[in-house]
Amino acid sequence: MFSYCTDPETLTGLRWLSCYLTTGVHFSFYWAFGKVLLLLALAAPSALLMGFLGAMAARSLIAPLRWIGKGYISVVRGVPDVAFFLFFVIALDQFFEWGRHKIKCPEWTDPIRQGNDFLVCPAAKLPLGTAPEWQHETYGFLLAVLTFAIVFGAFAANVIFGAMRAVPRAQMETAEAYGMTRRQSFWRVMVPQMWVYALPGLSNTWMVLIKATPLLFLLGIEDIVYWARELGGTKTARFSDYPHGDWRMWYFLALLVFYLGFTRFSEVVLRRLNARLSRGQATAAGEAQRKANA
Amino acid sequence: MMKSILTLGTALAMTAGAAFAESHAMTVRIGTEGAYAPFNFINDAGEIDGFEKELGDELCVRAELTCEWVKNDWDSIIPNLVSGNYDIIMAGMSITPERDEVIDFTQNYTPPSDSAFAAASEDVDLEGGVIAAQTATIQAAHIAEGGATLLEFATPEETVAAVRNGEADAVFADKDYLVPLVEENAELMFVGDDVPLGGGVGVGLRESDTELKEKLDTAIASMKEDGTLNTMITKWFGEDAKTYE
Repeated sequence: MFSYCTDPETLTGLRWLSCYLTTGVHFSFYWAFGKVLLLLALAAPSALLMGFLGAMAARSLIAPLRWIGKGYISVVRGVPDVAFFLFFVIALDQFFEWGRHKIKCPEWTDPIRQGNDFLVCPAAKLPLGTAPEWQHETYGFLLAVLTFAIVFGAFAANVIFGAMRAVPRAQMETAEAYGMTRRQSFWRVMVPQMWVYALPGLSNTWMVLIKATPLLFLLGIEDIVYWARELGGTKTARFSDYPHGDWRMWYFLALLVFYLGFTRFSEVVLRRLNARLSRGQATAAGEAQRKANA
Repeated sequence: MMKSILTLGTALAMTAGAAFAESHAMTVRIGTEGAYAPFNFINDAGEIDGFEKELGDELCVRAELTCEWVKNDWDSIIPNLVSGNYDIIMAGMSITPERDEVIDFTQNYTPPSDSAFAAASEDVDLEGGVIAAQTATIQAAHIAEGGATLLEFATPEETVAAVRNGEADAVFADKDYLVPLVEENAELMFVGDDVPLGGGVGVGLRESDTELKEKLDTAIASMKEDGTLNTMITKWFGEDAKTYE
């Protein structure tokens, strides 16, 4: 990157380090941090939405909807994340391709499963085999977001389900006494109040989600842990201009700092959010705020 | 109205299909690990590099294919091939009967080569000690059959690190992989006898892809014939590496 980097063998100390840390492969590493943050930015709201829908379904008055909601919560929570990521994503991808295959290639007569192979017509491939690599990567990334949303949505659903039940019964009864319909009392009384009960559980889920991002590599997405392992590994002088020994410890130390810093930052934000949500609530924290202000 | 939508849909699908059929014969996605120098590795610029990269690109030119390289974890490299995420594997994968049951192989592009033990001292016990090897490799299978205790790791790098930090007595891997490491590290040395394993390294593909297999076989055979393959082997694995007669 710098002009003096043309011949790394002659460099020493900080100059060598500055060249080393700005190689193309290191930029892939830095870019991976962006990928992880982007994943969190997309997966967290989608998981929250899944959780909200799951909780609504689980307390629905319509029995089949309730079964779906409860089934979703218990099944997904019970399956180990790693198994889910290995099995579910491949199955989801094959399900999409199978659907496209049925629509796009009705004249195709060969079986889709031949021994170990999964074969759909070329036009049904997702993304198409001819698509540039960035499309494959984006597709894989979105599949990952969806999987994270489904897995963490189940945990969020359970938290929100519990939070909805934690809203004092008296509040709901008052709403009914005012003549609100079930829908009105749900949206106007229960939902605004339940967040404060849901927050501790949701913050747990968020912390676990941050730490679960290395599962990305199972899906073929190169995340920061993959790059730390790759860059920290021994490099011999034959295949690299910057040979070094086993430096994985330093790279993982950098990841440790990143994850600790990020979770610390989250804690601060969540604490503020908690204070904001407690305002005017019929909880101990809300009561304490009222007294302090009075 | 409904009918015209359907017609439009069919027309679109057909054009897409036709355009696709034309170009599809051309594009092949190659899966590799990117952590097994000199076979395949990530260079300083962050690109896939190594013997298989150079060989694969040449094969694609000869077989008139457009190739795209994809990185994949070793553990899931075969499942992702059969489910169609890429079309062929070039990842230093030795041809073995067990793998041949699940996927297909072209003829080998490196001759059957030796696996070797590398250790930190001369007097390690290869028969009863702890030997590190990468998961799901022929070397791991070989150790598992013998009397030594097998210690498996997901990446080749970790198997060598295990010997350095004393967790394992020796590492058992392809000699081609170990040579550069032993040459540059005073603390590592080859011990015991080399073991010939496997049927050489070949291109892995889905069993249903017979046409592609034929094309690649022809391309590999032509490279063996005109000696370009031997030149590449010597370039990446050194003068002592086994070449084709």
